[in-house]
Amino acid sequence: MRASELVAFALTALREHKLRSVLSMLGIAIGVAAVVLLTSVGEGARGFVAAQFSQFGTNLMQVTPGRLETAGIPGMLGGSTRKLTFEDAEALRRVRGVRRVVPTIVGQGAVQAAGRSRDVYVLATTSEAPEAWRLSVRRGVFLAGSDPTRSGSGAVLGPKLARELFGDGDAYGAWVRIAGARLRVVGIMESKGEMLAFDLDDVAYVDLATGMRIFDTDELSEIDVEFDPGVGSEAVVAGVSRVLRERHGREDFTVTTQAAMLETFDAVLRAVTTGVAAIGGISLLVGAIGVLTILWIAVGERTHEIGLLRALGATRTTILWLFLAESAVLAGLGGAAGLALGYGAAGALQLAVPALPLQASPGFAAAGLAVSVLTGLVAGAAPARRAARLDPIEALRAE
Amino acid sequence: MIRLVDVWRSYSLGGQELHALAGVTEDVLDGEHVAVMGPSGSGKSTLLNVIGLLDRPTRGRYELDGREVSDLDDAELSRVRRDRVGHVFQAYHLVARLDAQRNVELPMLFAGVPRAERHERARAALAEVGLAKRSGHRPSELSGGERQRVAIARATVLRPTVILADEPTGNLDRAAGQQVLELLERLNHGGTTLMVVTHDLDVARRARRVLILEDGRVVNRLAGHELKSLAEALAAKRVEP
Ligand SMILES: Nc1ncnc2c1ncn2[C@@H]1O[C@H](COP(=O)(O)OP(=O)(O)OP(=O)(O)O)[C@@H](O)[C@H]1O
Ligand SMILES: [Mg+2]
Repeated sequence: MRASELVAFALTALREHKLRSVLSMLGIAIGVAAVVLLTSVGEGARGFVAAQFSQFGTNLMQVTPGRLETAGIPGMLGGSTRKLTFEDAEALRRVRGVRRVVPTIVGQGAVQAAGRSRDVYVLATTSEAPEAWRLSVRRGVFLAGSDPTRSGSGAVLGPKLARELFGDGDAYGAWVRIAGARLRVVGIMESKGEMLAFDLDDVAYVDLATGMRIFDTDELSEIDVEFDPGVGSEAVVAGVSRVLRERHGREDFTVTTQAAMLETFDAVLRAVTTGVAAIGGISLLVGAIGVLTILWIAVGERTHEIGLLRALGATRTTILWLFLAESAVLAGLGGAAGLALGYGAAGALQLAVPALPLQASPGFAAAGLAVSVLTGLVAGAAPARRAARLDPIEALRAE
Repeated sequence: MIRLVDVWRSYSLGGQELHALAGVTEDVLDGEHVAVMGPSGSGKSTLLNVIGLLDRPTRGRYELDGREVSDLDDAELSRVRRDRVGHVFQAYHLVARLDAQRNVELPMLFAGVPRAERHERARAALAEVGLAKRSGHRPSELSGGERQRVAIARATVLRPTVILADEPTGNLDRAAGQQVLELLERLNHGGTTLMVVTHDLDVARRARRVLILEDGRVVNRLAGHELKSLAEALAAKRVEP
């Protein structure tokens, strides 16, 4: 028998018991819907994190002070961690494949202007920062032509900070006081949004020398290195590490590539997604058991019919396929309903909570359908085998 | 042709052997009309099941149309059964959820007949049994006689060489039974071998030959018109030829 005929025959049997067919489909549908919904949440989170990272470019690496051991806290073990300095950063320019080096001090301070004050993060860095971090300046310049060893390049404000301080008024060219230092606003940034809950629009940028002065330190929080992707991150990591080891006499720093960081997050989220999908999978399993039960009962009820079909010339294999088709159709229809339900629920959730990153890829639908049909085939295997093994005469005698 | 040589069908029940067939040797020629009579439990249905390839002999040889079939595997057996044998049962055995048309199509479904041809042939077969207008009706909407005629259409739609009918009129009143018998005989006149198991003397008398079974053995053979009563036929046992 051809597949279409098997399916048509299966449908005649399923239609005979509409309620119980629908109920066992529902079991599969709920399972598939749960997997779709939970996976789209997990995939959404992964996609969200990936997007967060890549908005800063993917050929970026970060050097931070302290050695990050498996369970270590940077800078707190080993005692004598040496600072990362501006000279360290300059030395990294020698490394092959390095394009830009961005030394940065991250601090917090009050930014005051026009009688208002706001506590924000202050990033002390160099003019190369926007290119490396993929930020753009809406107005003015970003600490242009600054000599990092000498202050005097003014301040650049994030758009939100500028708005909070100056309202609709013009921040550009105005004077602000940042952690006590009086600076002229030489640039306003384009909006960039948040990066993992850190609001990049609500920060102030000053040149490195100013930062050292206001925070009273010559220690860098981090050095960001943008490298030539043609050279490859491993080679650049090795070069950066070698230069710093030479300067520090030991490995008291950590180099993290953007890719490695992304990979870590991704691995964690993938595990979470898989776990969550597995929980959905449990309801699919319950659905499968429902299909198995219904089909087992159906074989019992239709023993006589099976005997008759054998008398009319059906082989054991044909009987096997008749029942496998029934469970596959049952589970397939359930799966289709489940996909509709899952995507519908994801859509509704997205409408209700627009900020939620959901990702329900269309390729998933085909996979979901295939998994349902496969589930049906597996669930139907035992009843179908039972049907195929029936002795025709004994089956015919059953009533 | 059907050739049975010393065919046994035995069941072992709690260590004891029960022989539903105990050494049947019989030839049934192509186009013959044979009735099978005998007391209840004498092995009539078992004989028909063996001939119809639903059951296998425990012992002995069985040739159908010149081919030894005792040791065919399930797939081959099913194919021979489908193509050469038409079964008609006392209780009709129609699939309740399928209409007459689809019931008749079933053997063709297993034979891989294309859809359009299946349709056409089922309609023709139903017309032949006088049910052209009832093709869309389910068994529950048909009378007993009509059901049996659907079953006959189904049994003959693949043009089998032999029709095996186990008490085909057992559930029918005289008129309906008459109609069914006429149909079966018409097929027989067309060249199909017909074997009918029956308790009804009138049905048996219409056959060319009557086999009398007792305890799994053929104990008498007589021409249909010679048959007076089962008791007499049993009493006048003849030794195997
Ligand atoms: N599966 C089985 N297990 C054990 N014994 C069986 C089985 N099938 C049939 N028999 C026995 O074989 C014998 C012949 O049975 P069969 O059905 O062929 O009789 P029959 O002549 O058709 O009787 P009836 O006229 O009542 O239909 C009976 O004694 C029956 O009990
Ligand atoms: Mg019987």
